[in-house]
Amino acid sequence: MFKNFFPNKILSFTNKLFSILIVLMLLFLFLGLIYALFLSPPDFTQGDSVRIMYVHVPASFIALGCFGFMGIASICALIFKIKILPLMAKSLAPVGSVFALVSIVTGSLWGKPTWGTWWVWDARLTSMLILFIFYIAYISVWKFVDNYEKANKISSIIAIIGSFNLPVIKYSVDWWNTLHQTSSITLTSAPTIHYTMLIPLIIMLIGTILYTLIVFLMKYKTEIMKFKLDKRKKEN
Amino acid sequence: MLSKKTRTRIVFMTFLLAASVLVVFVVLKSLEENVVYFFSPTEVHSKENISFNKKIRIGGLVKDGSIINNQTSINFIVTDLNNEIIVSYKGSLPNLFSEGKGVVAEGKLKDKKYFIAEKILAKHDENYMPPEVSKILKKTKEQ
Repeated sequence: MFKNFFPNKILSFTNKLFSILIVLMLLFLFLGLIYALFLSPPDFTQGDSVRIMYVHVPASFIALGCFGFMGIASICALIFKIKILPLMAKSLAPVGSVFALVSIVTGSLWGKPTWGTWWVWDARLTSMLILFIFYIAYISVWKFVDNYEKANKISSIIAIIGSFNLPVIKYSVDWWNTLHQTSSITLTSAPTIHYTMLIPLIIMLIGTILYTLIVFLMKYKTEIMKFKLDKRKKEN
Repeated sequence: MLSKKTRTRIVFMTFLLAASVLVVFVVLKSLEENVVYFFSPTEVHSKENISFNKKIRIGGLVKDGSIINNQTSINFIVTDLNNEIIVSYKGSLPNLFSEGKGVVAEGKLKDKKYFIAEKILAKHDENYMPPEVSKILKKTKEQ
């Protein structure tokens, strides 16, 4: 299966997969939004402003997940020198950074009616902003450094250092007193979110993952084609 | 299996990662007081070098039945179920501010028992449920 991500197979693989992924994504997001905006109940404390959660939580999940993948891919690229890994990381960065921004903006819109403020410098919010800055730094290196090997090395180091921020983001609400509440969904205990809200949240999460996968594959295809073209140019 | 070059890179990378973990840990530990967004009443009571004229934040639950609305200000008690601090505030309150719910107050300590707030934020917990479920839970709790 993994052979499909290699340059010679990726183009045919993604073409077959694309239509299926797009249909599934539209299905999940459409169902998810109907459920989230209309069919799910208001919250006992927050009322209808809880509905921002159905966008905020999936966005945050993707923002962290993408950077995690980028970190692992960068470490493996530096150690094992696998050529497709930097291209994969480079293809994850744009969609991940956009969702990091969506997380921050939707969080801010949610904070005003519930907490009473657009922003606080607590550990959770500050570390998410740092994540977004790391994303911008990573993308900028690829954009502004001309030499491929140099850009690869610098961006990989940015991805690896930035990865240390990920456990800080995740556990910030447990390690310190923060305004942001603790996790409602954990691996060790039962969810503190009622099933009538958990189900639309999961549907939205799956739809968002599918969207991320589609955008990633589109960018990855382009990067592979560029890489092959540059290689051919150098050989001539 | 792994070439010498790869093995050297793995060793170097592990060392680099371990060093980075240490650096992050030391930085966060030394910034501890600034990373913490608020102090609980117990933390206020147990802290030795707390300043009485510096702007700080305290947080906890609003004690049930403690909200008193004066003409000039509103008074309530912040508790963490172990210790309490009386808070006095002039101004508008966020919508979610209510008894039994979380609150973060920003202002100055008059002494270890009395806090004058300049800003109040409501803090909600990690529980999400429809109003009907909440009513049922309250009933079973009262029984």
